[in-house]
Amino acid sequence: MTGPRLPAAFLQPGVSSFSEFLAEQSPDLLPGRRAIPQGQAGDLAPHGTTIVAATFTGGVVMAGDRRATMGNIIAQRDIEKVFPADEFSAVGIAGTAGLAVEMVRLFQTELEHYEKIEGTTLSMDGKANRLAALIRANLGMAMQGLAVVPLFAGYDLQAGQGRIFSYDVTGGRYEETAFHSVGSGSLFARGSLKKLYRDDLDETGCVTATIQALYDAADDDSATGGPDLTRRIFPVVQVITAEGAHRLPDSDVADIADRVIAGRMTRPDGPAASLT
Amino acid sequence: MSMPFYVSPEQLMKDRADFARKGIARGRSVVTVQYAGGILFVSENPSQALHKVSEIYDRIAFAAVGRYNEFENLRIAGVRLADMRGYAYDRRDVTGRGLANAYAQTLGTIFSSGGEKPYEVELFVAEIGDEAAADQIYRLTYDGQVADEHGYAVMGGAADVVASYLTEHYTDGTSLQEAVRMAVAALGHSTDDKGATTDRVIPLKDLEVAILDRTRTQPRKFSRLSPARLETLLGHRGPAVAAPTQPGDSAPGTAPSDTTPDDPADPTDQESGNVSPLEDPGTGEPPTAPPVAP
Repeated sequence: MTGPRLPAAFLQPGVSSFSEFLAEQSPDLLPGRRAIPQGQAGDLAPHGTTIVAATFTGGVVMAGDRRATMGNIIAQRDIEKVFPADEFSAVGIAGTAGLAVEMVRLFQTELEHYEKIEGTTLSMDGKANRLAALIRANLGMAMQGLAVVPLFAGYDLQAGQGRIFSYDVTGGRYEETAFHSVGSGSLFARGSLKKLYRDDLDETGCVTATIQALYDAADDDSATGGPDLTRRIFPVVQVITAEGAHRLPDSDVADIADRVIAGRMTRPDGPAASLT
Repeated sequence: MSMPFYVSPEQLMKDRADFARKGIARGRSVVTVQYAGGILFVSENPSQALHKVSEIYDRIAFAAVGRYNEFENLRIAGVRLADMRGYAYDRRDVTGRGLANAYAQTLGTIFSSGGEKPYEVELFVAEIGDEAAADQIYRLTYDGQVADEHGYAVMGGAADVVASYLTEHYTDGTSLQEAVRMAVAALGHSTDDKGATTDRVIPLKDLEVAILDRTRTQPRKFSRLSPARLETLLGHRGPAVAAPTQPGDSAPGTAPSDTTPDDPADPTDQESGNVSPLEDPGTGEPPTAPPVAP
């Protein structure tokens, strides 16, 4: 705290965005405001990898693997890259882990701050746009190799369906239909989901499809971690429905992952999709 | 040379205190009660949008009486302070005590500085702990005094009458249902000039009820009780009686001040009444443009 009395700026009406308030009061706390020396800094810090999201009737599922890499080194095996953003949305991150986690914290505070000050939650598109603004503020760092690319998913209470938004480093915001993936293994995960995804999947089916996709990503991308059977480390899965977002318990994810692996014992490339 | 009037500091402070107290006494009361599972806030507030009770942070809530614009400012400042601190440090480092201190310093400085009008507000800052013994309720007055309350507390208009009812009926560790019933009954309790007591049943839609609920699984423990849930908690209460309207209830001009019909025949009728100025007061027709010169 700055002093015993609340500073005048705190008592000023008008600003309901936390990041705007922070930019005025303590800009040094904003992730994108730091000056870093010229040059590539991408190899200095761990990178998070693959995130997948897919919608099902009545909600949306987001899953992320647990690996962070630094060049050829596995920096962390049990990193968590999928976070609840608020009660009805989740955000998964790929890119520089340190910056991304900080950005998620800022985004979570931003949504909660708006909700408390205005007495109502932001619309789904409003949330997606706020996240875009935070990514855009990080462009300078992205150009030095410290990029953060999130995937945002949530249940839109007005539209009554799950929605997925992807981003690029310049803050471009794109709404995706059905499913999407970001990170180094995203090409393989998306290819996998293309073949596995159906419109009529239920919640468990949708979670299974995302875990299959993460398995395929780990199969072909060295930076994506597959299910770790010896340490029992499984993907983080957030399920968001009209009742709110919740993280699927590790035991449930383990059951599904075990079934996926059992299937791969007989057919290592995963379930076969029909030709026509 | 003109002599400045001398006002003794005692008199100055007394005048400012009287001014603030008068403003606060005009509003309706807010009750806060500790129950087994957390802390309950109840107020009689006909407005659905302008809240007297709100969330500050995970385990901290805020309730206020007095001037809306002033306590709303303080509420927003509290949310900013809490979010800033939680973001810079950690969510667990945001405490009710720190917030109460900041409010106390702010209110105290404004009260004793000559330049600003004292705030006409009284606040509760409440925080729930992991168990009932760790719950904290701070009551802050317009002059920046902080009191640590236990069990129950009341502020606002008829605070003493409501408090006397609660003193009689409060017991430690009650259920939420009992706490809600007691608090709502206490707010409906009133005494007239002759000392006769009446118990009014407050309409459901006029109640603003919120809880800090220890049993909630989410980190944010604050929740408002929906009218449906409130109805089940309160049960059957008999016919409801709305509160008598109070001065200031409809303060921001709800109707034009002059609603008398215009009388074009009366040369003394200078007001346009409820007809907008450009219309003909007799017919209500909008003015026609003058003919364009050929």
